[in-house]
Amino acid sequence: MSRRRRLNDQTAPALLLAMPALLGLLLFILLPFATALVLAFTDLRLGSPLAVNLVGLDQFLYLFNDPDFMRALLNNLLFAAVAVPLQTLLALALALLLNRGLPGTLAFRTLFFMPVVFPMSLVAVIWSLIYAPGPNGMMNAFLQWASFGLWEAKDFLRDPLLAMPAIMLLSIWQGVGFQMVILLAGLQGIPQTLYEAAALDGAGRWRQLLHITLPQLRNPLIFVILVTTILAFRLFDQVQIMTRGGPENATTTVIYETVQAAFARQQVALASAMTVVFFLLVLAITLLQRRFTHHQREVA
Amino acid sequence: MAAIEFNNLTKRYDSGIHGIHRLNLKVGDGELMVLVGPSGCGKSTLLRMTAGLEEVSSGEIRIDDRVVNHIPPQQRNVAMVFQNYALYPHMTVRGNLAFPLRMQKQPAMLIEERVRRIAEILDLTPLLDRRPKALSGGQRQRVAMGRAIIRKADIFLMDEPLSNLDARLRVEIRGEIARLQRQLAITTLYVTHDQAEAMTLGQRVAVIDRGLLQQVGSPQEIYERPANAFVARFIGSPGMNLIQSSLYRENGGIQLQLGPRRLPIPQRVLTDFPGLATHSEESVLVGIRPHAIHLSDTDSNETLPARVCTTEAMGHETIVHLDTALAIDNSHQARGDQTHLLVQLTGHHNFSAGEQLAIRIGIDDLCFFDSDGEAIR
Repeated sequence: MSRRRRLNDQTAPALLLAMPALLGLLLFILLPFATALVLAFTDLRLGSPLAVNLVGLDQFLYLFNDPDFMRALLNNLLFAAVAVPLQTLLALALALLLNRGLPGTLAFRTLFFMPVVFPMSLVAVIWSLIYAPGPNGMMNAFLQWASFGLWEAKDFLRDPLLAMPAIMLLSIWQGVGFQMVILLAGLQGIPQTLYEAAALDGAGRWRQLLHITLPQLRNPLIFVILVTTILAFRLFDQVQIMTRGGPENATTTVIYETVQAAFARQQVALASAMTVVFFLLVLAITLLQRRFTHHQREVA
Repeated sequence: MAAIEFNNLTKRYDSGIHGIHRLNLKVGDGELMVLVGPSGCGKSTLLRMTAGLEEVSSGEIRIDDRVVNHIPPQQRNVAMVFQNYALYPHMTVRGNLAFPLRMQKQPAMLIEERVRRIAEILDLTPLLDRRPKALSGGQRQRVAMGRAIIRKADIFLMDEPLSNLDARLRVEIRGEIARLQRQLAITTLYVTHDQAEAMTLGQRVAVIDRGLLQQVGSPQEIYERPANAFVARFIGSPGMNLIQSSLYRENGGIQLQLGPRRLPIPQRVLTDFPGLATHSEESVLVGIRPHAIHLSDTDSNETLPARVCTTEAMGHETIVHLDTALAIDNSHQARGDQTHLLVQLTGHHNFSAGEQLAIRIGIDDLCFFDSDGEAIR
C-alpha cells in the first residue's frame, strides 16, 4: 500500500528530470565498477588473442603474492600513517592561529589555501625542481644554509630512503590548506560563550583547547582525517610525475600499480582486481567514519 | 564572599563609543544588586568587566579591596550564569557541574559528592547523565545555576538568566534565585532589562542608561522618588507620565500650570520638595504614576477633560490612553513614542474610543523634574 502511494502524478516528471544524472551515474560510476568487479575474476589481457576464461580468485591470490603490489600497499599504509596525522596536526595548528583574528589573517588564509587550487601535476613539476639533485637544487641549498654547511647534497627523488618522505612533504604542503579551511570553519562555529564560561570556571588556554575546542571540533576532525586517509590511498599524480614508483619501488602505490598493470602491461583483469581491493579499503574507511559520526549524532 | 567596588569605571570602545562612563558603585558583601536598563545601556558590559571578559579602559574594579583590572577571569573566583547558559554541549549534566571543580583539580571523591549535593538542591538528580540538548529551557537554566554555585565563588554574576524562559517559569525561578542567593549569602550582580524583575529581586537596584549610572537605591526608593525623568519613565509598568508644565509665583505662593488649570501648590508639598521654590517662574516636568490618576464623575475646577484613545484590558486592571490638553514630554523616553496620558485603573472598564471623561490629578502624588530631567526635591 504505502509503496504504491509514493507513486503519484509527479513520479513520471520526477524520473524524467532525474534521468540525465542517473544516466551519468550509471554510465560512469556503476557500469565501470560492475565491469571491473566481473573482470577481476577473469584473465583478460588487452590485445591478447587467447579466449577469456573465468579464473575465480586467481588474480587476487596472485596479487597478494606479488611483492610489487604488497610493497605498494605497504607504501600507501606508510604514507597514510605519516601524512594523515602530520597534516591534520599542522592544519589544526594553522586553523587555531588563523582563528585568533590576528592582523593579516585573510592574506595568510589565502596563502595557505593556494596550493590546494594548483593542479597536482603542476605542483609535482615545481617540487621536482625544488628537489633537484646537486648543491644548487633549491632544497639542498636551503638545507646546506640551514645546517651551516653540514648538509651534503642528496638526490631526494632517487634515494630509496628519501623519495617517500620527499613525496610526503609536498603532499602535506599541497593538502594542508584544504583541511585547514574545514577546521577553521569548525572553529568559527564554536560559540564564544563556551570559552568565556570555561575561563570563568578556571580553564586556561591549554585546558580550553582540551575541553572545549577539541570536543567541539570532533566531527570536522573525523571528516578531515578520513578524507585525508582516502586521499592518501589514492596517491598517484606525484608518484607518476616525480618518481614513477621508484627508486626500488620505494614510492609505488596501489593506484600506480593499477595504472601500470592496465595501461603498460595490458593486464586489465589484474588491474581490476587491484581496484576491487582499493575499493574495499576505502569502503572500510568510510564505514569507520560512519560509525564514529553516527555515535556522535546519538549523543549530541 | 566579597564586596565589589567600581571607581570611575569607564569602558570606551575603539569606535569611541562609551560602554560605561565613569561609574561609581559599591556592592556590599552578600548583597544582591540588580543592574537594570534598556538594551545597549552598558549593563552587560559592566558585568563582563567584573568577570574579566572585557577589558577596562580606565578606572578600577575592586573585589574585596583588591584591584582586579588586570587579573584574568580564571583567577577572579567569579561564577557567572550566561543568558544562553553556555552549557558545554559535549558534556553530560554531571560533566557540566563537575567542570569547575575539575579545573580546580579537586579529588574525584569530593567532586562526586558535591555534584550529588548540588543536583539534589536543584532537583537535577534524574538528569545527571543527560546532555544539555536533551533538557528543557528551565532544566538548562538550573544546570547553569548549579555550575555557578558548585564551587565556592566569591561573586555571582547573572546576565539576564531568565530571559530565555517563558513567563510562568520566569516568575518561579526568580523566586528560586532570590531564595538561593539569601541562603548562600554570596555577593551577586544581576543584570536584567526587565524592570519588574529588578523590582522584585533586588535588595538594591542600579538603573543604567547610555553607560551612565542613573540611580541606585531600594526598589521602593527608585519607584517613589526617581532621581530623574529617565528613571521615572523606565521603572513601573507602565512608566510615569511626564507632563510639560511651568511654575508661577503668585500671591506669595507657588502655582502649577497644568494644561488649562492653574493649581496652587499647598505648603505640605512645598515642604516635601523645597527645591520647588528655586524653580518658580521656570518650565518643569511634572511626573505622575498612571495609577495615581483618577476618574471623576463631575466636571469641576480640579478636573481635566480627557478623550479615550485606546484601552488595554489586562483583567485585573485597565490601562487607558487619553488625549488631553496636557503636553506629554517625549524627550526622556526609554522605549517607543508616547503622546497620550496613561491611566491605570483597577478592575475591568469598558470605554469606547472617543468617549469623554474627566480626570483628577492629586497634587500630593506628583514628582517634579527640571528642564534637564533632574528631580527637584
